[in-house]
Amino acid sequence: MRVRVVPFARLRELVGEGALLRDLPDGTTAGDAWDALAIEFPALVELERSTRLARNGSFVTRLSPLADGDELALLPPYGGG
Amino acid sequence: MIELSEAPLELDALVAAVRTDACGAVVTFLGVVRESSEDARPVAGLSYEAYADMALPEMRAIADEASRTFGGARVAIVHRTGRLALGEASVAVAVAAPHRAVAFDACEFAIDELKRRVPIWKKEHYRDGAAGWRENRAP
Repeated sequence: MRVRVVPFARLRELVGEGALLRDLPDGTTAGDAWDALAIEFPALVELERSTRLARNGSFVTRLSPLADGDELALLPPYGGG
Repeated sequence: MIELSEAPLELDALVAAVRTDACGAVVTFLGVVRESSEDARPVAGLSYEAYADMALPEMRAIADEASRTFGGARVAIVHRTGRLALGEASVAVAVAAPHRAVAFDACEFAIDELKRRVPIWKKEHYRDGAAGWRENRAP
């Protein structure tokens, strides 16, 4: 299945792109997708605890399964206002 | 009126969106780019980015909650994105209500909740050329 990963703010800068398409095995969870990305970009590891994951606009846990065509957003702590 | 805007904010448009003849009070709030950071570094400007797909629904939810909690207050919220210079407004909130007490309360609620709940990020650009992402303090 193909998933679009969308990192924001410092995560986007660290990854170097605003969106990444990744082909992942069926049964991949949100946490698995993060772990795969953290192997590509080891600097993500220390930001894991502060990062929230959202699937198609709703927060999910690491255990939430992904489906083909999903958008997985990586959200660092907010700074609006 | 709930928007993200790349263009400078126009407070008059928010006021026009919320005011009605039933409202005797309009309270507005502008967040403005300040010349120094929390740790006193001179700031040249800010940039904001938002996850619009989540930010806009959350801003609508905050406006609806404010309205329910504070006696039918009418709430408009617009947040800038992109690069902002010193003195530019990053966020505008306008609240209209029958009386001023609920309008003040609803306006404070809206900006506090926005800072806590809406996926928007801020980068400070310092006058020495450096830059850094700044997170809101936990409530």
